[in-house]
Amino acid sequence: MKLYLQIAWRNLWRNKRRTLLAASSVFFAVILALIMRSMQHGTYDFMIDGAVRLYTGYIQIHGKGFWEERSLDKSILFDEEFIKQVEKIPNVTVAIPRLENFMLVSSQEVTKTASVVGIHPAKENQVTNLENKLIAGNYLKKNSDGLPLNRGIATSGILISEGLANLLSVTVGDSVVLYGQGLYGVTAAANVPIVGIVKFALPDLNNSMIYLSLPYSQFLFSMDGMVTTVSVMINNPRKLDDVSEHIENLFSDKYEVMKWTELMPELVQSIQLDSAGGIIMLFILYIVIAFGIFGTVMMMTAERMKEFGILISIGMKKWKLTLVTTLEAIFISFLGALAGTIMSIPILVYLKMNPIELTGELAEVMIRFGMEPIIPFSTAPGIFFAQASTVLIIALLTAFYPLNVIRKLEPIKAMRL
Amino acid sequence: MSLIEIQGLNKIYDETTVSVHALKRIDLIINKGEFTAIVGPSGSGKTTLLNMIGGLDKPTSGKVLINEKEISTFKPDELIDFRLKNIGFVFQAFNLIPVLTAKENIEFIMLLQKVSKEEREKRAFELLNAVGLSDKINNRPSELSGGQQQRVAVARALASKPSFVLADEPTANLDSETAESLLDLMEKLNHEYQMTFVFSTHDAKVIKRARRVVTLEDGKIKSDIYQNEKSRINS
Repeated sequence: MKLYLQIAWRNLWRNKRRTLLAASSVFFAVILALIMRSMQHGTYDFMIDGAVRLYTGYIQIHGKGFWEERSLDKSILFDEEFIKQVEKIPNVTVAIPRLENFMLVSSQEVTKTASVVGIHPAKENQVTNLENKLIAGNYLKKNSDGLPLNRGIATSGILISEGLANLLSVTVGDSVVLYGQGLYGVTAAANVPIVGIVKFALPDLNNSMIYLSLPYSQFLFSMDGMVTTVSVMINNPRKLDDVSEHIENLFSDKYEVMKWTELMPELVQSIQLDSAGGIIMLFILYIVIAFGIFGTVMMMTAERMKEFGILISIGMKKWKLTLVTTLEAIFISFLGALAGTIMSIPILVYLKMNPIELTGELAEVMIRFGMEPIIPFSTAPGIFFAQASTVLIIALLTAFYPLNVIRKLEPIKAMRL
Repeated sequence: MSLIEIQGLNKIYDETTVSVHALKRIDLIINKGEFTAIVGPSGSGKTTLLNMIGGLDKPTSGKVLINEKEISTFKPDELIDFRLKNIGFVFQAFNLIPVLTAKENIEFIMLLQKVSKEEREKRAFELLNAVGLSDKINNRPSELSGGQQQRVAVARALASKPSFVLADEPTANLDSETAESLLDLMEKLNHEYQMTFVFSTHDAKVIKRARRVVTLEDGKIKSDIYQNEKSRINS
């Protein structure tokens, strides 16, 4: 094998300029492809992170059937030990408990439906940055988990989303009445003061959210020690499946474990759609590369027909000759791909550290959706691996040309050339 | 015992409009240790005959037997293997592998035969020494003169320990002095190792050195002369 590698490598340098030109075309295409793919993946990661931080988390743990029925009857018993157990799993950064319910909310004149969520104020803030969304009043106290002195009156108060506050014509300091059902149909009703108003970019959220402390919500819904959801955040989105599997192994007999991809299928679809567009662009780029390599391989084959004829005459099997020509195509491709990958690493690392900042209308739209107006880049190893594999596949495909030529080659005719 | 036996060999090239009868009912026996020249004017069928003997081309009819094996019935891959093990080739245009050194060119054929590294190196040195190029082992073909390249080609042909060497106009691209020296080398190898040489040529000086001269004309054997014995077989 060593000699075949040697022959293939030396053959490349019989025409240095041509080899360098072919490798350069691969080099630039790989850099372009890597930047493009890194930008796409960076954006997807950014979108996913934004979406999961907005509400769902990367993984959610519910009582079996909760996601389908959204019923408090499908709640789970929860204690600090449970949270500790989840947070001990590698790559899990935080697990936050929530008690989610739908209620009627009334001011003096208006009644609306609202999504009422009992939260752990400090932990919730770690994930959703809820405190930063405050536009009036104060955030729920970090330790606002004490029970009300008088039944039905929350000492800690509630946070209400801006749109809902407007619909109800209430503001900080006013009170609203919450009315709904607790566990097993028990009536849940309370008159609660508004301590703060939060603003969400998404209208659906902005017009419907009410937050209160978890202990108070448990009291309100007669669900002592229970929650509907535990949202889990992880530090590496690529470990999603591992973490999810780990959690399932721990709890699957009692609870349902869902990944963000199941919680937000519409986001998965929009990413898939965008990614498909990117893949089409890459495909076009790689077609150009393929023809570049193919042209070189074709020329290298055509000018060596006589040599091939001689090698077969003296006893070289055709498959060995094909091996040499295939190695040549792989060498050219990898020269370009390797150089392109090495060159793109500092570029992508720089772009990851200093993402492109957007301005103008696009930036405003992103800010409105609670996202930073930037184009982020990813340096996930998978991107580099994917490009290297693609170039290898192209090289192997172009090697079919000499393979076919050599297969049909008659040494006598080839030697006459 | 005959090394090469040709019986009633015909070769017709079917071109689209005109068919060319390149060899016509050739019968020929070449024994081990012979030093045979196939001669004749251009188009007489010399190269075609060598190609048939070398298993590079298939006869239209007739048989080519090497060591009593009929090679014209072999499949392409069997023929490649047969050539590798039994025939050494020397071409008019040397045809060494340009990216390999003299030593590597000689080793290459042994590598195809799966000869061990030690044995390959030993034999390559011996052969380069035998052809007088022990000081050129690391030179690539482009760094060698025409004569030196042809010597390397002869060494390569012998590297596989073939039953015989086929040489198609081996001196055609050499000046007369270099051609003489190459013939000296071939004669020496013929004498010392009993290596059978069959070569085509139309160089009178080369013909003079051959011990047997087979003359072709219009695809037929016109004469077959053992030069010292002056025996003659008319076609």
